[in-house]
Amino acid sequence: MTSPAEIVFRREWGRAVAVVARLTGDLGLAEDAVQEAFAAAVGRWATEPLPADPSGWLIAVAKNSALDRLRREARRSGKEQAAMFRLSERDPPPPPGRIADDRLRLIFACCHPALDPGIRVALTLRALGGLTTAEIARSFLVSESTLAQRLVRAKRKIRDAAIPFRIPADDELPERVDGVLRVVYLVFTAGHRSAAGPRVVRDELCDEAIRLARLLAGLCPEDPEVLGLLALLLLTDARRGARAGERLVLLDEQDRGLWDRAMIDEGTRVLDRTTQRRCPGPYQLQAAIAACHAAAEHPGATDWAEISALYAALARHEPTLVVQANRAVAVAMAEGPALASAARLPGRPARQAGTHRRGRRGVPDRARTGPAARRARVPRRAAREPRKPHPVIQRP
Amino acid sequence: MRYLCLLVGEPDMAVPAPGTPEFAQMLSDYESATQAMAADGVLVDSGPLQPSAAAATLRVRGGQPLVTDGPFAELKEQIGGYYVLDCADLDEALRWAATIPAARYGAIEVRPLMVAPGPA
Repeated sequence: MTSPAEIVFRREWGRAVAVVARLTGDLGLAEDAVQEAFAAAVGRWATEPLPADPSGWLIAVAKNSALDRLRREARRSGKEQAAMFRLSERDPPPPPGRIADDRLRLIFACCHPALDPGIRVALTLRALGGLTTAEIARSFLVSESTLAQRLVRAKRKIRDAAIPFRIPADDELPERVDGVLRVVYLVFTAGHRSAAGPRVVRDELCDEAIRLARLLAGLCPEDPEVLGLLALLLLTDARRGARAGERLVLLDEQDRGLWDRAMIDEGTRVLDRTTQRRCPGPYQLQAAIAACHAAAEHPGATDWAEISALYAALARHEPTLVVQANRAVAVAMAEGPALASAARLPGRPARQAGTHRRGRRGVPDRARTGPAARRARVPRRAAREPRKPHPVIQRP
Repeated sequence: MRYLCLLVGEPDMAVPAPGTPEFAQMLSDYESATQAMAADGVLVDSGPLQPSAAAATLRVRGGQPLVTDGPFAELKEQIGGYYVLDCADLDEALRWAATIPAARYGAIEVRPLMVAPGPA
């Protein structure tokens, strides 16, 4: 069912949109033009062999399509005329800047602070990842028509306010990069999470997020959270082969021999490099948690005490229910269920001893009743060696 | 692209009082910001505005002009001045807008002008 055009679509969509968007300054136009190019490709590649350079072919067809669309406009502004000139240049000059990556430029445009924060991720998933509005609407639990309207508004703003497709100057980077990190993380999550969905893993989204994280690490080699995100994505993605089978395989049940050791080593090296700076942040902490799991040869060898300490630190940065729940699970695994209820979810009244309610929201049942909880109830080793807190927890 | 930068005063904002050295500094900051914009070629026009109490509001209804006192809307925020800048993109406009002292005391709304289509 996966046609050659579909494979190329998944791999090349973002690149083609990014090139046409940079040349025209108009993301909506770029998406329409690339869509048209792919429609042409589907028909053509069903009967003919793929061109030697499918990506180059698509970009050329998309540029022509954009040019045609601009020609059809009855009234054109100077801006549109300039876009037409750039589209028709045979050998356009390479884009300026240290890192000539159009997809990175695209993501900086999609994450511009002048855009509504609530639409930036959706905009990026559509423009860069090629997800349909219907797919994005499903994962954000909003109606497709509402999302479509908000996407159109955001794209119009990019065009009308001339939000640039450009990597910001060095002095602007620190304030702009945080939003980009978040979106790269969510692009990765969208690919990773879809393991549970009908499309199995959207490998290309995970790959693209890691590729972008690497570029960002090259752009901001001194930013601990940029390195933290790269480490987190590498350490999480290393489990991909063990995670997605016929169905989603949970961490406990994964065949750890299928984990990608080279990726784990790289992620751990990046994490070590950033934790030396003693400037902890949410991505570094999550990466450190992933590194703890990666270091355990089997589930029983997991250092849950370390993980619960990392979650405690993470909860100070991100006091969300998910983090609190994960922390409670980690404490349960490390210390047994009694102490886990001390790390209770916030805002819930304390319960009297002996009235454990089953299926408490936020804490998976298996933490208390599954094999993990049975392990946790086994008396702890009497003399645990004193542990040094992970460097990522220590504050400067 | 042309951008209108509206200098928006917010209630309770701490602007230097006239006659203080800080006020003199603010005026000279305005002057140097405006001069730098002119030297770079981005400045189209700029100017401070009289308080909105000096405004008159006009409506033409059924061909009849109707003039009332005061600003057309009672806003807590007051527009104290404007710049029109001709920049390559929004980021360039934002960089210049950041040099306007009003950005430090109140806020600046940077708004693209609608582009007039040229001859087809």
